[in-house]
Amino acid sequence: MKNFFKSIFIIFLVTSLFSQKAFTDETKKLLSTDWSFKGFFGKFDRASLQRGYQVYTEVCASCHSIKYLSYRNLSEKGGPEFSEEQAKAIAANFEVTDGPNDDGEMFTRPAKLSDKFVKPYKNVKEAMASNGGAYPPDMSVLVKARSGGVDYIYSILLGYDDPPGDISLEDGVYYNAHMYGNKIAMPKPLSEGLVEYNDGTEATEEQMAKDVVTFLAWAAEPHLEARHKIGFKAIIYLIILSFLVYFSMKRLWSRIEPKV
Amino acid sequence: MSAHNYVPSSKLGKWFNDRLPLLSLSSHIREYPTPKNLNYWWTFGGILTFCLVAQIVTGVILAMHYVAQADLAFESVEHIMRDVNYGWLIRYFHANGSSMFFLAVYIHIFRSMYYGSHKSPREVIWIIGMIIYFLMMMTAFMGYVLPWGQMSFWAATVITNLFSAVPLVGESITNWLWGGFAVGNPTLTRFYSLHYLLSFLIFGLVILHIWALHIPGNNNPIGIELKKPSKDTVPFHPYIVIKDLFALLIFLILFAFFVFYSPNLLGHPDNYIEANPMVTPNHIVPEWYLLPFYAILRSVPDKLFGVIAMFASVFVLVILPWLDTSKVKSAIFRPLYKQFYWILVLDVLILGYMGAMPAEGTYLLIARVATTYYFVHFLVILPVLGYKEKTLPVPLNITEPVLGGSPNPDMVKKKELYD
Repeated sequence: MKNFFKSIFIIFLVTSLFSQKAFTDETKKLLSTDWSFKGFFGKFDRASLQRGYQVYTEVCASCHSIKYLSYRNLSEKGGPEFSEEQAKAIAANFEVTDGPNDDGEMFTRPAKLSDKFVKPYKNVKEAMASNGGAYPPDMSVLVKARSGGVDYIYSILLGYDDPPGDISLEDGVYYNAHMYGNKIAMPKPLSEGLVEYNDGTEATEEQMAKDVVTFLAWAAEPHLEARHKIGFKAIIYLIILSFLVYFSMKRLWSRIEPKV
Repeated sequence: MSAHNYVPSSKLGKWFNDRLPLLSLSSHIREYPTPKNLNYWWTFGGILTFCLVAQIVTGVILAMHYVAQADLAFESVEHIMRDVNYGWLIRYFHANGSSMFFLAVYIHIFRSMYYGSHKSPREVIWIIGMIIYFLMMMTAFMGYVLPWGQMSFWAATVITNLFSAVPLVGESITNWLWGGFAVGNPTLTRFYSLHYLLSFLIFGLVILHIWALHIPGNNNPIGIELKKPSKDTVPFHPYIVIKDLFALLIFLILFAFFVFYSPNLLGHPDNYIEANPMVTPNHIVPEWYLLPFYAILRSVPDKLFGVIAMFASVFVLVILPWLDTSKVKSAIFRPLYKQFYWILVLDVLILGYMGAMPAEGTYLLIARVATTYYFVHFLVILPVLGYKEKTLPVPLNITEPVLGGSPNPDMVKKKELYD
């Protein structure tokens, strides 16, 4: 029997080695940083979310939409928590098409809290036409749509480099150490001091990447904080209840036999 | 059975019970004599019932907010995640619920195989169980299509395309399944309708499954038929109820961990990209619980025979009660079968792993060996084993080995196995 389990163990070891090899061949190890929203008590860093929103609007938003986010979300609990006035002011910077009015005409008006984030392009075709045929993906759930998640987006943002000698790049394509195939159609988006943070934080590339990825993580999962909070309570509750039920069970079964 | 002699104490109760014996039924369930040596592997029946009910409840709520239309489905799921009160909780519960459901059902099935619960007189329970399992796979697959992400779309394309392997009418069948000439809106709406329907079909079959169980009563770890009720049995309530409840709570802790702390771990990132018929994902993989069958499908070089092999791998389970020829039920008394059993478990795990890997090179070779072994286990090893194996003596009742009163010293030594 012992030999048998040993052989199982060896087979497992061999198969897992195979897979390890297969994975390491393809991709470089992703960069990471100390994300505040991971773990059992993970919460978003409010200031980082607000800075991240600034990076998104000033840098990303000219090409990338976040179509499932509304301006009201910016002031909701668990998010960047701008005040309602701030969120209203942010929304008022954008023009949306509404209508038809009583004359049957469409008209534009400043955006309200209830409006979704205004998209940079009317549709996918226009987005592709303006970006050399490459579609800048919507960022609403981007973090959840890439294996590696936040680490992956963070790595892409910091993965730009001069191409090694053996790689030749066509026009409109850039080298990125973490992109699949190492070629990316997005030009390097971040550079030292590109945005000026209101809170005086120094806008290094790493800082901006961290802030904007934190913002995207929230955009993909706006109820993450509530989920962590409720989850912790639920699990504690279940553990306590399990203990109570366990001892009741022991008590009941002791009528039948000492061991359950 | 004692329940048949049940007489309600109140006059109203008697009046009602004479017309519809619900009270007799409830009395039967309470007093249902259950072997007292059932171990925790037996609690998964109750856990599965919970899973089914939880899936139906969360599913019905999701259906109130979900829009089964190809242009709106993805958006409506995001609407549930963002704007519906606790929509994220309900959706993550439902999505991870299917994984937990399958985890439990695999343990349940392998428990049956270990302790010989599929054998006479429980063949019908087993066959109904296998039908439930097959419907579960269909329901899960159709449910996976509903969010209309990239994996949804391409999984639907790959699986429905399997039917094109049918000679002569293959293409007609696939077009009929799609409701058009490609996977599209008609496919989505019919999958939605059937996903809803099948869950209730499963519910009905579960009732039959339990009914069929209550005729011969539970099997037990030593696999002997008990005279009921006797000193070897306990009433279902409260003894088994509380034990099932305890196991369910432990199971729920694991469940909660997935729902609250890694809700997307078991899913595929590509399913958060909206379905796009123009872009094929690099690797199309089904959910983890279907991977062994996917590996079997891909390990056969011919498409038609691959599909046949895949369906055969389920069908071979249906006829298991007649393939396993041994008179002894429990693996405890079958030293050889026990080893082959664990090899099968390993084989299925390997198949699952290979199903997730690209079908090429060493992976394909291992998948082919594992597929062959899977069928050899059921079609060759099990029937032969029943005649060749020298089994250990089976005790006459549960109390005997428990109290150490067995004339067979080997039994006394194995005492700890029974409780």
